[in-house]
Amino acid sequence: MAIKLSVESLSAWYGEKLAIQDITMDIEDRMVTAVIGPSGCGKSTLIRCLNRMHETIPKARVEGKVLLQGEDVYASSPVSVRRRIGMVFQKANPFPTMSIYDNVAAGLRLNGVRNRDELDKAVLGSLKQAALWDEVKDSLDESGASLSGGQQQRLCIARALAVKPEVLLMDEPCSALDPIATAKIEDLIFDLKKDFTLVVVTHNMQQAARVSETTAFMYLGKLIEVNNTRELFERPREALTESYITGRFG
Amino acid sequence: MHLFRWTRGKGRGTSTDTLGESLFQWFSTLIALGVVGVLVLIAIVLFFEAEASIRAFGWSFLGGTVWNPQPPLLFGAFPFVYGTLVTSALALLFGVPISLGIAIFLSELAPPWIRIPLTYVVELLAAVPSVVYGLWGIFVLAPVMRTAIEPFLQGTLGFLPIFQGTPIGLDKLSAGVILAIMIIPTISSVSREAFLAVPDSQREAALSLGATRWETTRLAVLRYARAGIFGAVILGLGRAVGETMAVTMTIGNKNVISVSLFDQGQTIASWIANNFTEAETPLELSAFIELGLVLMLMSLIINIFARLMVARVLRRGEGAA
Amino acid sequence: MKLPLDRDTWRHWIDVAMGVAAFVCVVIAIIPLGSILLEACIRGLQSLSPALLTSTTGAGGIVNSIQGTLILILLSALVSLPVGILTGIYLAEFGKNRLGAGVRFFVEVMTQVPSMVVGIFVYSLVFELGLIGLGSPRLVFSTISGVLALSTIMVPFVARTSEEALRLVPIAVRESSLALGIPRYRTILRVVVPSASSALVTGGLLGIARVAGETAPLLVTAFGNNDWFRGLDQPIESLPHTIYVWATGPYVAQNQAAWGVSLVLVVMMLGLSIVSRVVIRLRSVSR
Repeated sequence: MAIKLSVESLSAWYGEKLAIQDITMDIEDRMVTAVIGPSGCGKSTLIRCLNRMHETIPKARVEGKVLLQGEDVYASSPVSVRRRIGMVFQKANPFPTMSIYDNVAAGLRLNGVRNRDELDKAVLGSLKQAALWDEVKDSLDESGASLSGGQQQRLCIARALAVKPEVLLMDEPCSALDPIATAKIEDLIFDLKKDFTLVVVTHNMQQAARVSETTAFMYLGKLIEVNNTRELFERPREALTESYITGRFG
Repeated sequence: MHLFRWTRGKGRGTSTDTLGESLFQWFSTLIALGVVGVLVLIAIVLFFEAEASIRAFGWSFLGGTVWNPQPPLLFGAFPFVYGTLVTSALALLFGVPISLGIAIFLSELAPPWIRIPLTYVVELLAAVPSVVYGLWGIFVLAPVMRTAIEPFLQGTLGFLPIFQGTPIGLDKLSAGVILAIMIIPTISSVSREAFLAVPDSQREAALSLGATRWETTRLAVLRYARAGIFGAVILGLGRAVGETMAVTMTIGNKNVISVSLFDQGQTIASWIANNFTEAETPLELSAFIELGLVLMLMSLIINIFARLMVARVLRRGEGAA
Repeated sequence: MKLPLDRDTWRHWIDVAMGVAAFVCVVIAIIPLGSILLEACIRGLQSLSPALLTSTTGAGGIVNSIQGTLILILLSALVSLPVGILTGIYLAEFGKNRLGAGVRFFVEVMTQVPSMVVGIFVYSLVFELGLIGLGSPRLVFSTISGVLALSTIMVPFVARTSEEALRLVPIAVRESSLALGIPRYRTILRVVVPSASSALVTGGLLGIARVAGETAPLLVTAFGNNDWFRGLDQPIESLPHTIYVWATGPYVAQNQAAWGVSLVLVVMMLGLSIVSRVVIRLRSVSR
């Protein structure tokens, strides 16, 4: 099992408020790691620290280490980190003033890709990877905002995939979607893990159980337990974990 | 609390109450309609006064280049329309980039503690009276233009017709610069509002792709807010077109049409300001008022267009223009 | 995806450059402001003297200009504040329908009418009214005429700020008053308006400060007067007008003195602005 991302004693603050405390865990390559926990437990903060999005909030602070294949993420430039660790957000946020094509190509263009053929190929590939190609192939010039919620989310996934990241972080990607759209994205996650490492934050335990190999349970900013998904759900080691997954709180 | 005094002392739902109710509503409605009525009155009075001139010159008024108060009486608006357009164009040319830079700085880049004081300072620019800008223009800006900036422009770009001729200082270029300064608060504050209306999720989308701060501003903010920016610019144009004193004091006040920016000129507002009270004949007076009508229509059309644009952006909420 | 370091460095430096450029824009905008304030202080203070402040423009002073400005803005306020605030009340309380939207739109449009046009409008209006017997054509150059012009500018401005001020009052305040059975008009007059009073006052003072600096319309209405206030039907001097005449005149001493007058005008406007802030503070303390 190759370790793709390694988190060591990671703590993060919003100003004076401690959001996550002393998190240490490993994220394995080409597998899906789910992060679960009740609202406010810090799971979003955790993954936002992985691609250095946390520091975009004023007065945010991070301590500890995040290593991407051994390299300290906080020692490189955020631009290069975010190219290698992509993100999909809770509410789909395509650029409404750009076409579907331009949305997917946005990251590539930032990186200097100008050649039309290259862009075409990349857009095609990403949209296929995001299972959106068939639905939009005839309307690539339409605005990114003209799609349904589920399609928009897949568009955002395609956009993130286009720059060929090594890791894809997903912050509650389905929470704003209906069950059918959710199912499509879950299928997508299954396919994506062939080529990418995924970390999925979800408040839906069943979803975590369905899609992930490893699950991490967080509570009040601390990492309570991280284990193979089946193990965590069937034989949780901590009492807190057991309370959560049996629905006693959260 | 005096609220209770009102409910205890007087009866509720009495006939005086319902009378007062409708009386008040009607009264305030009437006043409001009266205010709008004044606007209508402005149009009526101006048209009424300008009629003689409109009848005498028709459409050729707009193209006419002569203003002759002696017989044969001939009045044309073109030099002033030209001056208004040139100075306004200059105002936009200089003012828009600076305003956008300010708006970007204040909404995207500035640390939180400096935002409010700086915003206040930029707004102070709007509080300076036009005539004080004019004073500054004559005695501070114009000498700098005449002795330093305009010779420099002529030295480097003198092959362009707009930079030829003797630099005077009190010329179209200076008037344009002052106008630019005066419209900066308008354009930057409306643009800033448009930027603040851009949801953070858009910025996050760009950042998560590995965009730098400027690239994020370019991709997520400027594009999204472009209709609002456009509206802001048009609003600035509307202000520039109607500005009188600062322009009158710095544009040189000569009724000439010339290509060179170093030459004097005249705008509609400045021509009226300088010469309205010297009008010798009723026809000339009527021509002045027709000029005023032209100015008002220009300003009205520009501003209505701008407001519709800005309203559209605010209503839609998203940036798709 | 590994990329040549060059491109990333290039992007970084562009980012830095753009940040600097944006900051430079702010500096560029502040320079004229600083320059104006500096020059007004330096040149202005030099020319301020007791003589200036006590003699009329006929004798090289500005006491009649100060008087004129005060009279003009006070009379204009007397007319415009009630009308403007009532219009603001209409817009905020009764203006939620189509008619209200139309009124709002046109009031907005009115704030954008060029001030020079307002001037020649009032001139024409007073002239024509004079011809048909209401007043006299002579009145075109008079205090009344100037007040009409300034009011035409001030009313839409105050209407807009008043509407905004009243809108800020939470609906809950209105509802609790109505729920007690207090009729609507009294709710507005006795509950809503008082609770918005500091914002209303600010709007009014800002409107006054704004017209205190207006010159263009006064060129063709109030006109100018080298002597003390002579009557509502006579031309009247004002600070902005004095600045204009002295700045564009041929005498260097006068040109310099124009800075002093500007200082007086700016101080007056600043004073109004400070008063409005003090009012807000007093009001919020007393709650």
